[in-house]
Amino acid sequence: MTVQEVEQGRYRSPFYPRQAELDRLFQWHDWKGYATADGFYDTDLEYFSIRNSTGVFDLTPMTKYRITGPDSLAFINRLVTRDMSKIKPGRVAYAVWCDDQGQVIDDGTIFHLKKGEYRLCSQERHMAWLRMSAIGMDVTIVDETMDVCGLAVQGPTSFSILKTMGLDGIENLRPFGLTHFDFQGAELMVSRTGFTGDLGYEIWITNDKAIELWDALFDAGKNYGIMAMGTDALEHSRIEAGFIAAYIDFLPADATVRSGRSRSPLELGLEWLVDFKKPNFNGRRALAEEKRSGSTWRLVKLDIEGNKPAHHSYIYANPKTKKEVGFITSAAWSPVCKQNIALGTVRVPHGNVGEKLFVEIYYQREMHWSRVMAEATVVDKPFWDPPRKRATPPGPF
Amino acid sequence: MKTYDAIVVGAGHNGLTNAAYLAKSGLDVLCLEKNDYIGGATVSRNLYKDWYYSNCSYVCSLLRPEIFRDLDLARHGLQVTPYGGGTVFMENGDYLGNYPNAEVHYREYARFSKADADAYERYSADTMRQCRFIRDFLLRTPPDPTSFKPKDLRELAHLGAKFYEMGEQRMYDTIRFWTMSVAEYLDEYFETDVIKAALSGSGIIGTALGIHSPGTAYVLLHHYMGDVDGNMGAWGYARGGMGSVAKAICSAFQSYGGELRTDAGVEQITVSNKKVTGVALTTGEEIKAPIVVSAMDVKRTFLKCMDKNDLDEDFYRRVKNFKIRGSSGKLNIALDGLPTFPALPKGSPLLDGDMHFIDSMERMERAYDDWKEGTWSKDPYVDMVIPTVCDPTMAPPGKHFMSCFVQYCPAQVEGRDWTDEERDQFGQTVIDQISEYSPDFKDLILHCEVRTPREIENEAGLTEGNIFHGELTMDQLMFNRPIPGYAQYRGPVGGLYMCGSSNHPGGGVMAAPGCNAAREILTDLKRPDITPVNFGDD
Repeated sequence: MTVQEVEQGRYRSPFYPRQAELDRLFQWHDWKGYATADGFYDTDLEYFSIRNSTGVFDLTPMTKYRITGPDSLAFINRLVTRDMSKIKPGRVAYAVWCDDQGQVIDDGTIFHLKKGEYRLCSQERHMAWLRMSAIGMDVTIVDETMDVCGLAVQGPTSFSILKTMGLDGIENLRPFGLTHFDFQGAELMVSRTGFTGDLGYEIWITNDKAIELWDALFDAGKNYGIMAMGTDALEHSRIEAGFIAAYIDFLPADATVRSGRSRSPLELGLEWLVDFKKPNFNGRRALAEEKRSGSTWRLVKLDIEGNKPAHHSYIYANPKTKKEVGFITSAAWSPVCKQNIALGTVRVPHGNVGEKLFVEIYYQREMHWSRVMAEATVVDKPFWDPPRKRATPPGPF
Repeated sequence: MKTYDAIVVGAGHNGLTNAAYLAKSGLDVLCLEKNDYIGGATVSRNLYKDWYYSNCSYVCSLLRPEIFRDLDLARHGLQVTPYGGGTVFMENGDYLGNYPNAEVHYREYARFSKADADAYERYSADTMRQCRFIRDFLLRTPPDPTSFKPKDLRELAHLGAKFYEMGEQRMYDTIRFWTMSVAEYLDEYFETDVIKAALSGSGIIGTALGIHSPGTAYVLLHHYMGDVDGNMGAWGYARGGMGSVAKAICSAFQSYGGELRTDAGVEQITVSNKKVTGVALTTGEEIKAPIVVSAMDVKRTFLKCMDKNDLDEDFYRRVKNFKIRGSSGKLNIALDGLPTFPALPKGSPLLDGDMHFIDSMERMERAYDDWKEGTWSKDPYVDMVIPTVCDPTMAPPGKHFMSCFVQYCPAQVEGRDWTDEERDQFGQTVIDQISEYSPDFKDLILHCEVRTPREIENEAGLTEGNIFHGELTMDQLMFNRPIPGYAQYRGPVGGLYMCGSSNHPGGGVMAAPGCNAAREILTDLKRPDITPVNFGDD
């Protein structure tokens, strides 16, 4: 018997041939076994494409499960903390799922494709957990990560581009809506979702049509400032949008070794995703108890004085005693908000909106290190939240 | 009749910034603008179909990030997107590219000279050192060196300390730098003519001096000391054109309860007993306020909008002699498509940057010779950008807006006023020069606005169309700007203040004079200082 050895190198996305043509930086990293670009030409310009025109990000390595069967809704509703019965076909839901202790395993988006037919997308892989959760239920879970590819099309001209591409009716698609189009005989799924906090869409198709889709998209976008972008630009924009990322702002509970390092949805500011009114869901008892007795941690959005990003800083309640109450998990200077922004995790009772905290920022200038104690105000709204994100129909730019 | 706490004359970016801070402090502020639109020279104008022209200032870098943040201009709709790179087209068919990526930049310079490619690093460090020095003073009021007030002594000591901190050799260099010509400065680093020509442009923009004139090295610095999100020396486009800057500041001003009146030109700043009493409008209407802040340039303020009898002779003479000579013009063009430049490879990132068409130091100087002769340059220095390659909001999809800043263009032609025919000839000179390098350019022109200093003065109110409200030479900088003894934003009569770019730290869309003047006014009113302090970079 000859065994075909598994692939040793990184996978290439079906969009890779086009990306390779554009790539000037040769900076790639691993995302779940796929080669993913940090950037293609200039990460600053790529970032600005999201806020000024349109940036295109390759979503292909996202883990994707197709969930079907008579019990699909019951299964998903038991899995995640929010009430999925409210998510009708043609709608998308952001959701988290927890272990028995109410600690977050991952977050992701759940697409209700057709009645009773779902796609779950997440950064991490979860087949084991999903199979376990499905015991006793009539559902089929298929990993379609390698079969379906996707592009995030994000920015103020993204609507104009998709319209120019011939997607009639796209103007009626509301935020968190999804719809299907025929694309050269294949089914193109389009959702008005994204990880950038701006007007934007995600478009999905089977791998065999990847190149055709890329070409059609970039051709439609040539007068609308379309630009391929890598992870660096996306990362910057998601902090501005106030979105959390696994392994950065929280750890998947099932991969955490040390106790106290995982987080509950309540501790991540996601209480709005937890519906105690619906029938049982995993982690419900622990979360109800936490709600009664209080959480240990709280995720905060911080508006920090000055212009030096507070990477990895400790958070203090009092700059004199330097008593640590938490630390920064994501930090950036925001070019569009002209703000020094950060996400952090602090111990309750700290972190109330409006509270003044302090962060100790270390920064380097020409080899020498300096530090500054900067005031940081807890804010509740996303740092970047333009009205165009919600407008239906969206404006041309 | 209502009396305001303060009236600000002119709704350009400095007037609005000043008004915003006064209103934020709780004062009842009225901002007056002679045009029926705001912005002054920081404006986006819809002069042809769906095109919006940044028809005066056209790129953004100097706007103080501290003010941007403090007035929350992002929430008020301002977004500045950086743009990269640039090109100098050469007569021999070659070109010199300026690439944002350091290694690509090195490679391109090395195509002409390896020594120059290396020298660029030293040139950048030396120039950045001067930028760091001056940036510290942008949001500070210049000290009066003749005063013994504690505040002046403190500020002088700060200046001295910052100067001393540079080290012995650098202190010598700094003095030289502030007085030498941009040509001499570049000669210390580079041997290639086109490289020097490319870099020298920043030394003469907006200035009635040539590249060999003393003082132009500082003007270069003035163009390098800005930043876009901390990238020193970078330039960006305001989304929607430069008018977005004024719109956002105005929106901030109004959010603090400030009142704006357009179509309200000021005829005279009224004075009684050596104190301002308000303003009289061109309509005859009088508005009262104990404080009047002029955002107009110093000549327009004192020579046109005040009664000479309210001013002292020597002061009046010095204002008259303030150097604010017209030296530049502007073409704003609506294009049916993107022009091609056959010298550049297809898909080159240089197509997204600024473009220039003078490739030698001699041609740079010859362009100035024409100005001295009293006419526009027949082979001008043009700083051309097409913001719509990046900004989707200023023209329909696939169409473009082109901005051509043109140096030199005198305020008068051979001592006479401009005629419309001469203005059109001036425009044609520029179009012809660009066409040399872009054969399809002429055919793509749908509409072209040509502005000589005459049009700029008439519309934006800048004396002689001088974009900086007065030249940026050592004799008119720091405590000598606009004139000795009046560098702290206070005018020669009580209650009169100046907040335009004729004041420290000078022109460019910086908003620093407006902010600094607000600080002095609040100090005089014994109100808390709410203006932002320098971020500092270490």
